[in-house]
Amino acid sequence: MMRKMILLASIAFASPLLADSMMPAARYANEQLADPAQEAKAKALMQTLRCLVCQGQSIADSDAEMAGDMRSLVRTRIAAGEKPEDIRRWLIERYGDWVSYQPPLDGLTWPLWAMPILFLALGIWIVSGRLKRRGRS
Amino acid sequence: MRKLLIWLPLGLFILFLGIFAGGLIKPEGKVIRSQLVGKPMPNFALSPAVPGKPGLSSTELSNGQPHLVNVFASWCIPCIAEAPQLRQLAEAGVPIYGVAIRDRPEDLVRFLARNGDPYRAIGSDANSSVQIALGSSGVPETFIVDGKGIIRRQHIGDIRPEDVPGIMSALATAR
Repeated sequence: MMRKMILLASIAFASPLLADSMMPAARYANEQLADPAQEAKAKALMQTLRCLVCQGQSIADSDAEMAGDMRSLVRTRIAAGEKPEDIRRWLIERYGDWVSYQPPLDGLTWPLWAMPILFLALGIWIVSGRLKRRGRS
Repeated sequence: MRKLLIWLPLGLFILFLGIFAGGLIKPEGKVIRSQLVGKPMPNFALSPAVPGKPGLSSTELSNGQPHLVNVFASWCIPCIAEAPQLRQLAEAGVPIYGVAIRDRPEDLVRFLARNGDPYRAIGSDANSSVQIALGSSGVPETFIVDGKGIIRRQHIGDIRPEDVPGIMSALATAR
């Protein structure tokens, strides 16, 4: 009796929350394109697009339905001959820079590129100063 | 000066530690808003989602009348919560058009029978393509569109009773 109760309870609590549809995945969500070159292009793009519902994962990594639909969209458009960067731009027009893992170079993000160069220059300056001092002593 | 400078790395370290700890303790639940607010409705044409009700195409939507485009699904639980508010808006004469995400006709019929049907037309978006074209990232979401077909506002999440007056006034100014 007890065992049955526990079993029943575990079944009751294990039922998943209905947060997904019952529909099968879109055609190209989990199916590769026939042309390996096109698939490689699609894959590279998918790895740099961010999933909207499972934030922090790329759509290539995510199991979310929406990520599957986005993969299908990317593959369908690549197969139709669209350029990866055009697809990225199309998505950024809708979701903002957030959707892309490749930050654009603009007024807000230029330090990302400038800082390494600045730090390198600073390092060279410090080291050269020390070496000069050592040479003198 | 030199004595003070020696503490700089430690200070920076503690600063970063604080930033990271803050992010871990209170992660930002980020809502991604559509960038299409203020821009025209994208072009699309969806087939009917339920028998006996027309599908939805963007050309029908630019008919000079402000309206709501509701992105929903029968499998979406908050969509049940907003159904009374949608009904109320429909009764007030607001044209509401539905985009059903990844849905099956039989499920939709059951959903509408149970929660009411405020929609003038429902398009079936089986692979979320219109949802993505709208810059929407979940269900339910509601777009307030003006008479010229320009998206004026995006409401993310279910429409609560307290949201209804704001939506009504946004519609009134969206002519």
